[in-house]
Amino acid sequence: MTSFGSFLRQLGRDLWSQKLRTFLTAFGIIWGTVAVSLLLAFGNGLHRHMIKTTAGLGDRIVIAWTMRTSMIFEGLGKGRRMRMTEEDIEYLKAQVPLIAGISGEYSENLIARFGDRQRSVEVSGVSPAYGPMRNMVPAVGGRFIDQLDVGQRRRVVFVGNELAEDLFGTLDAVGETVMIHGSPFLVVGVLQPKEQDSSYSGRDHSKMIIPESTFRALTGQKYVNNFIYKAPTPDLNKALNEQVRVALSSRLRFHPDDDQAIQVWDTSEMFVFMDAFMLGFTVFLGIMGVLTLVVGGIGVSNIMNVVVEERTREIGIKIALGARGRAILGQFMLETMILTAVGGGVGLAISFAICSIFPTNLEEYVGLPNLSPGLALLTASVLGLVGLVAGYFPARDAARLDPVVAMKL
Amino acid sequence: MNWPLKKKTNGDGTSNGHIIEMLGITKVYNTGKIKVEALKGIELVVDKGEFVAVVGPSGSGKSTLLNLIGCLDTPTGGSYMIGGEAVAGLDRDALADVRNRRVGFVFQNFNLLPQLTALENVELPMLFGGVGRRERRRRAVEHLERVRLGDRVEHRPTELSGGQMQRVAIARALAMEPDIVLADEPTGNLDTGSGSDVMSLLSELWGQGRTLVVVTHDQTLAKRAGRIVEIRDGLVVTDRRAVA
Ligand SMILES: Nc1ncnc2c1ncn2[C@@H]1O[C@H](COP(=O)(O)OP(=O)(O)O)[C@@H](O)[C@H]1O
Ligand SMILES: [Mg+2]
Repeated sequence: MTSFGSFLRQLGRDLWSQKLRTFLTAFGIIWGTVAVSLLLAFGNGLHRHMIKTTAGLGDRIVIAWTMRTSMIFEGLGKGRRMRMTEEDIEYLKAQVPLIAGISGEYSENLIARFGDRQRSVEVSGVSPAYGPMRNMVPAVGGRFIDQLDVGQRRRVVFVGNELAEDLFGTLDAVGETVMIHGSPFLVVGVLQPKEQDSSYSGRDHSKMIIPESTFRALTGQKYVNNFIYKAPTPDLNKALNEQVRVALSSRLRFHPDDDQAIQVWDTSEMFVFMDAFMLGFTVFLGIMGVLTLVVGGIGVSNIMNVVVEERTREIGIKIALGARGRAILGQFMLETMILTAVGGGVGLAISFAICSIFPTNLEEYVGLPNLSPGLALLTASVLGLVGLVAGYFPARDAARLDPVVAMKL
Repeated sequence: MNWPLKKKTNGDGTSNGHIIEMLGITKVYNTGKIKVEALKGIELVVDKGEFVAVVGPSGSGKSTLLNLIGCLDTPTGGSYMIGGEAVAGLDRDALADVRNRRVGFVFQNFNLLPQLTALENVELPMLFGGVGRRERRRRAVEHLERVRLGDRVEHRPTELSGGQMQRVAIARALAMEPDIVLADEPTGNLDTGSGSDVMSLLSELWGQGRTLVVVTHDQTLAKRAGRIVEIRDGLVVTDRRAVA
């Protein structure tokens, strides 16, 4: 062990003299590493995929609409139909401080025509806050409805990507004029394609979005079909729902405890479920992987035990010559760590390779496995820990040898 | 922390010139049921620069005694001072340091590491003693030249004769410039020719002022020593100094 070179030679000899054991151990470590990193990578990919598709509807928003009352209130009977106007939306915005964003939504099936193509389209009138809340991101070169559009009742339209393709073909839709319900509208943006696995009133890719003020003027519709809002953070959604109901009960005059007058669909609940599910899934995968690694670690520990046994005489001589326990311990720990590191490196390389050749056409179902540097680091740390523990006990035994006895072997 | 222990008496720093001072040393080997009392109360004082031959029948406790002197093992009872420093109460690391700095060992079966070259074998104690790489190499070459193996530095033990191996072991024992050189039947595994080579080398060391304790059956070597200590059944039975 006079130089690192001879240290490596020694390590090579040790491992070569234990070919089968070395092979099995390396296999165990490599397998464990591949298992841990791939399981984590697949879990991560699936999680991201689920977030992406769920968030297609909106990022932890609440979708609400009015229904009939179910309780008598201040002399008013039950079964009254509740309706909300844009003023009520403004009222909520002003009265409920927890609202981080709110938009009414007026929808109707209208005829859209471009040149000789004519389609019946679900058209929604909304406020600018609608775009980001519903994850309606404009493709490059376009924009969403803005405040000026609403204020000036402009005839502008934001078009779903599939509808745009259907109507305009290969033409760049932005800047074109399309007839909606008999009036010309300027296309200001096209939806950037997105994954969406749940919806109400049709998929976003086939819709048209126009300013709420324009919509009301165009159709004469007074009442919102539904409205969407969100709290600053998803965990506040519940409190916000309560506040919205209370605020509306005094405004629309229904019993504050009437949970039928306003219906809410809190999409953050889907995320809560999904997060919990994914956490459980990841923990499960992680435990399986770690167990595999531990088995590999036992193999390493085993091989080091044999190495120590075979080199007892050498260790005895070194101790006799004045090697401190730490020197002996360090030598064997280093050998273990190198063995583990090589196995882990190979395992991580295999995992990266598998992730990179993973067929993209399976993305729709399970997402793409994603072995982020963080996950690789996590795997490496677990591996390092396993190696440390695996190496420690044989190394400690080596350092504690009685030199006189050891040298006699 | 352990500063008082490190108050190493540099070389001849013992107040009375005793490099080895053993009083009532006993050693009991406890192998399961049987207790072997290998040493039963050794009194041995060795001055700096002495050449002591330890003789006695097989099984009388010579090796045990040498191991205790070299701090390879610790006594069951009695007091042992090496270079004025009490060995009792030193921990494993401190004992390792004593072996490394103060003692050079030469064994009957050489105890070289087979996978290392002669040079690397001689470097080993200096590696544990924290000597830098270059210095280690320089000194190892120098010591190998002194034992007339300057042309064998890159050889491995298997490529050397018994006598050459023992000379590598002597070079290794001297690597850290110890006060005491201990040799346990150094010629026991050698033919007569190589044996006398090794004996001459050891005598040379004595000539250079080192303290030498050699266990031997070899009458010729014993006669070269200034002092012969005879052990029987774990006790010193005779202790003769040659008349100067
Ligand atoms: N590690 C040991 N365990 C048990 N008994 C031992 C051990 N080493 C030596 N002995 C016993 O101690 C006695 C002295 O041994 P040793 O010092 O090797 O004698 P010598 O070197 O004079 O031949 C012997 O009886 C031997 O069997
Ligand atoms: Mg002996």
